[in-house]
Amino acid sequence: MRKVLAVAALLLAGCASPAPTGGTGISGQVTVFAAASLTESFRELGAEFEAANPAAMVTFNFAGSSALAQQINQGAPADVFASAAPANMKQVTDTGAVTAAPVTFARNTLQIAVPKGNPGKVTGLADFAKADLKIALCAEQVPCGAAAKKVFEAAKITPAPDTLEQDVKAVLTKVSLGEVDAALVYRTDVHAAGDKVEGEDFAEASGAVNDYPVAPLAKAPNPAAAKAFVDYVRSAKGRKVLSEAGFAAP
Amino acid sequence: MRSRLPVVLVLPAVVGLAFLLVPLAGLLIRAPWATLPAQLFSEEVGQALRLSLVCASLATVVCLVLGVPLAWLLARSDLPGRGLLRALVTVPLVLPPVVGGVALLLVLGRRGLIGEHLDQWFGISLPFTTAGVVLAEAFVAMPFLVISVEGALRAADPRYEEAAATLGASRWLTFRRVTLPSIMPGVVAGTVLCWARALGEFGATITFAGNFPGRTTTMPLAVYLALESDPDAAIVLSIVLLFVSVAVLAGLRDRWISA
Repeated sequence: MRKVLAVAALLLAGCASPAPTGGTGISGQVTVFAAASLTESFRELGAEFEAANPAAMVTFNFAGSSALAQQINQGAPADVFASAAPANMKQVTDTGAVTAAPVTFARNTLQIAVPKGNPGKVTGLADFAKADLKIALCAEQVPCGAAAKKVFEAAKITPAPDTLEQDVKAVLTKVSLGEVDAALVYRTDVHAAGDKVEGEDFAEASGAVNDYPVAPLAKAPNPAAAKAFVDYVRSAKGRKVLSEAGFAAP
Repeated sequence: MRSRLPVVLVLPAVVGLAFLLVPLAGLLIRAPWATLPAQLFSEEVGQALRLSLVCASLATVVCLVLGVPLAWLLARSDLPGRGLLRALVTVPLVLPPVVGGVALLLVLGRRGLIGEHLDQWFGISLPFTTAGVVLAEAFVAMPFLVISVEGALRAADPRYEEAAATLGASRWLTFRRVTLPSIMPGVVAGTVLCWARALGEFGATITFAGNFPGRTTTMPLAVYLALESDPDAAIVLSIVLLFVSVAVLAGLRDRWISA
């Protein structure tokens, strides 16, 4: 029994004050709230950040940007917020929840996503108006839906969607399962979906470029690590990971 | 004189009650009462509410038609592997509903095992339709009905059925005239649970049937999307759903259960 207690005490001590072995001075847990579309690239960035700062540990909460903004405003213990849209970052800055001004670290554009082999023979944005094709879009309330709306308005096309999904990953699921013939998602999502989904560029996409802002949070339990993570995302190494995932540089 | 209520039971009971009711109170306290009437009678809310009630009721009918016989089979037959079947029937209960929705897509979707043939032979495509909503709700809600009906069947005295059989009644006649009336409270309780679960269904519905106003946007989907942009509207929608479901359940209870 005493042995168990001793081990437990050691473990606890280990958790409470990790030895600063890396020499970078950054240690402890850093909690990053990031938009769902950043899932793959931020996981990789997180692993690299941990390798560079051995005493630090990154945990992620990936979800829709608006849900994350609400969680932060309700007092969720986050260190960093990376949003897929400036509007959601603004929800957080409006309540004074950030320490430094948010900076844009990546840009994303929409792409037409079709299932492998393009069974619906979709070639451009105009095909989204065809009633006989199955079309998925994001709901207007989420960033990818707002961007899609902007693109269709600029192109003067009235789309005929069969479903308005709650986030971009749900749209992608429908494409990769072949349930819809076409969808509008971000280029990075097509990239992450692998070979089940094919992406097509379209000219009108330049009218709705999405900026991704990131900022350390005022109530960060670990402010030093929060700043270090934001810096890492904006560093040359961070840029490389993001551009490999399909993001454009700001 | 009545003996005192034991504190060991009363205390956790009160905590349990508070645990269930305080979140509801939170919803009511934070509700934007000033704008509530305007939002309440908007076309969107009416459309989503109507669709929710229709789909939950149709799903309940599907569950009754298929679930009561299934419960009977599990409770009364001597099928081999009945224990395993009984466990499998409850799978939709433990499955995250979104996974249930994906599973339905894999089977009944346009490229699904069965859905592919439905599409090619009959031109029927279930995803993104109101029928798809009913199916998704029925899939998630049916175990509630099956479990409570099966429980009632196992608790019922089989001697009445045996007596009916010795008097020459067929098994179908016995089921209709003896078994079913004797397990009615279990069937009603199961139906109520099943309907309530179907009404609140979100994950399987949005995954399998998608989201399109008037066709597949039920109240829970509308609440979720409203939360993205307008939390006040989400609270109003939640309160509407809450009141309608409590009114229906209380009405059913008075009519059937305490009778």
